[in-house]
Amino acid sequence: MRIEDHPILGKAERGKRITLNVDGEAVAAFEGENIAAALIASGRRVFRYTAKRMEPRGVFCASGRCTDCVMIVDGQPDVRTCVTPARDSMVIQTQVSRREGEATHDLEKEKD
Amino acid sequence: MKQVGKEEGVRTTGIPSKEELEASPGYPNREALERGPIVVIECVQDIPCNPCEMACPKGAIRIGNPITQLPVFYAERCDGCGRCIPICPGQAIFRVDITYAEDKATVSFPYEFLPMPKKGDMVQGVNRAGKTVCEAEVLRVQKPKKFAHTAVITVTVPKGLSMEVRSIKQKP
Amino acid sequence: MEKTEIFVVGGGAAGMAAAIEAARAGAKVTVIDENERPGGQLFKQIHKFFGSGVHRAGTRGMQIGRDLLKEAREAGVKTRLNTVVYGIYPGKRLGLVCGDHTEELASPIIILATGASENALAFPGWTLPGVMGAGATQTLININRVLPGRRALMVGAGNVGLIVTYQLLQAGGDVAAIVEALPYIGGYGVHASKVRRAGVSILTSHMVLRAEGNESVERAVIAQVDEKWQPVAGTEEVLEVDTICLAVGLSPLAELAWIAGCQFSYLPALGGWVPVHDENMESSLQGIYVAGDLAGIEEASTAMEEGRLAGLSAAEALGYLSHEVAETRKIEVQERLAALRIGSFGDGRAMAKKEFLRARCEK
Repeated sequence: MRIEDHPILGKAERGKRITLNVDGEAVAAFEGENIAAALIASGRRVFRYTAKRMEPRGVFCASGRCTDCVMIVDGQPDVRTCVTPARDSMVIQTQVSRREGEATHDLEKEKD
Repeated sequence: MKQVGKEEGVRTTGIPSKEELEASPGYPNREALERGPIVVIECVQDIPCNPCEMACPKGAIRIGNPITQLPVFYAERCDGCGRCIPICPGQAIFRVDITYAEDKATVSFPYEFLPMPKKGDMVQGVNRAGKTVCEAEVLRVQKPKKFAHTAVITVTVPKGLSMEVRSIKQKP
Repeated sequence: MEKTEIFVVGGGAAGMAAAIEAARAGAKVTVIDENERPGGQLFKQIHKFFGSGVHRAGTRGMQIGRDLLKEAREAGVKTRLNTVVYGIYPGKRLGLVCGDHTEELASPIIILATGASENALAFPGWTLPGVMGAGATQTLININRVLPGRRALMVGAGNVGLIVTYQLLQAGGDVAAIVEALPYIGGYGVHASKVRRAGVSILTSHMVLRAEGNESVERAVIAQVDEKWQPVAGTEEVLEVDTICLAVGLSPLAELAWIAGCQFSYLPALGGWVPVHDENMESSLQGIYVAGDLAGIEEASTAMEEGRLAGLSAAEALGYLSHEVAETRKIEVQERLAALRIGSFGDGRAMAKKEFLRARCEK
């Protein structure tokens, strides 16, 4: 839920409206905010699943240190969404981590 | 949900006890309360802090050095202007006027929530534990720029609750 | 291009105060910060600070942040943002990574002001989305303007737990309760009183037992604990919350000081392992200074004063300030620091800070 008005901070000043592609769905966001904030605002809390036990993970430290919030962004896995600014048309996918030796995401990736 | 703790003071409950308040040099005595609007300082811990001393134009609040000393309130110098209320970072200063009417008193307190009530609103008066103890009418809402986003709200309450009501809950 | 003489690692309250002081004395200063904007934790602190006039009491943290950035610009402090210092090598060489390139820079003086990280508390279900640090919650609500959930349980009644509870309410959120394992409230009574007036219970001698939920937090189970921290049978209670905020203390972010080879002392009153430093804020390594929460968990006001001390000492070491001028100004700062380290909330820290001088002398 977005906080539009606040007794100390006043009305929220946002960048321009953009659209993110999150697991195939269009999600409205604002330019300049980090991906994690945009996803939480849209009601999403599960950002990835762990390798061994497929357990859900989301935001924990919100400061780029714990890596609980990493997702696949524009094909790149392990992107810390809490410190990465959202951009228009970004493709964001729930990261499903795999054990060592297998692919770290379930999407076919063109090698550079 | 039960509060656990043998001593019922600010350190175990977050609410200063009657004893702690009355022992504080910032608390006005009965005589001072009966003279008219007067400030009530509910500061009972030795936190290094003194903006209230600097805010009072009449020199009614004195802390000195070291700044952990509790504010000493010179009630006879206080005219109830309330400049100190929005300044206290701990929101521990209030104003009470038990001479307001025959059966009603006013209580002024700092408030930093939305929605901001308006003059004339009927609200619930809550005590230090957040419990509703009476109906209250909003008499005044002061929120000038110099208060830096801390509003000072004045409500009327039954006179007997003037030393109990310390905030409000708005009706949904 | 002027060559930097002082690199300040970390552009928060301590780092910016250090940079401003040194730059005003004439030194060439660059602040390195991994974020896209400096300010550290200041912009999240939307409450009014304590202290006295010289400590900017009554001013909200975010305003102090804005003022520091302005003063830094005016003093000619350079910044390198979105830049991580990943190592300090012999000879005071910094390893930096920015975007996709790395570089190494040598520096006559390094001031480390890397701040602190939140402690974690592990319990069954703690990995569920919805369990997060209280500081993380504060970032989400005050910087990102997003509520992490509808209703939260706050774990910890120190100042962070009390303040973030209050700020959750200001943001339109709901807090079911604060649980505190100790039998008393560690934070300021006035912060506790604010949230009690707003209807939030503070349950001392209580602990969170587990978080439950399918894909994210749906419930928290709390219980009373005895003096050995063990749950008391029959006191379990279920709270319908979707967020659990952990406010269980901070620890200095000291990796760079470790890597550089600084000597450390273990001082629980200051957050655990803290780099040893003297009254000039110089670590056990010549030319490497520490300031702020890195040098011991305290507050923003002490962080700024320690930053000033480090900046003055660094400027003096480079010859920009005479010993007499530096001493006079340092004494002023030390007096302001001492004024913040008294009373029942400050005594422990004052004693711990004195320990460093003892440790330095013994080595």
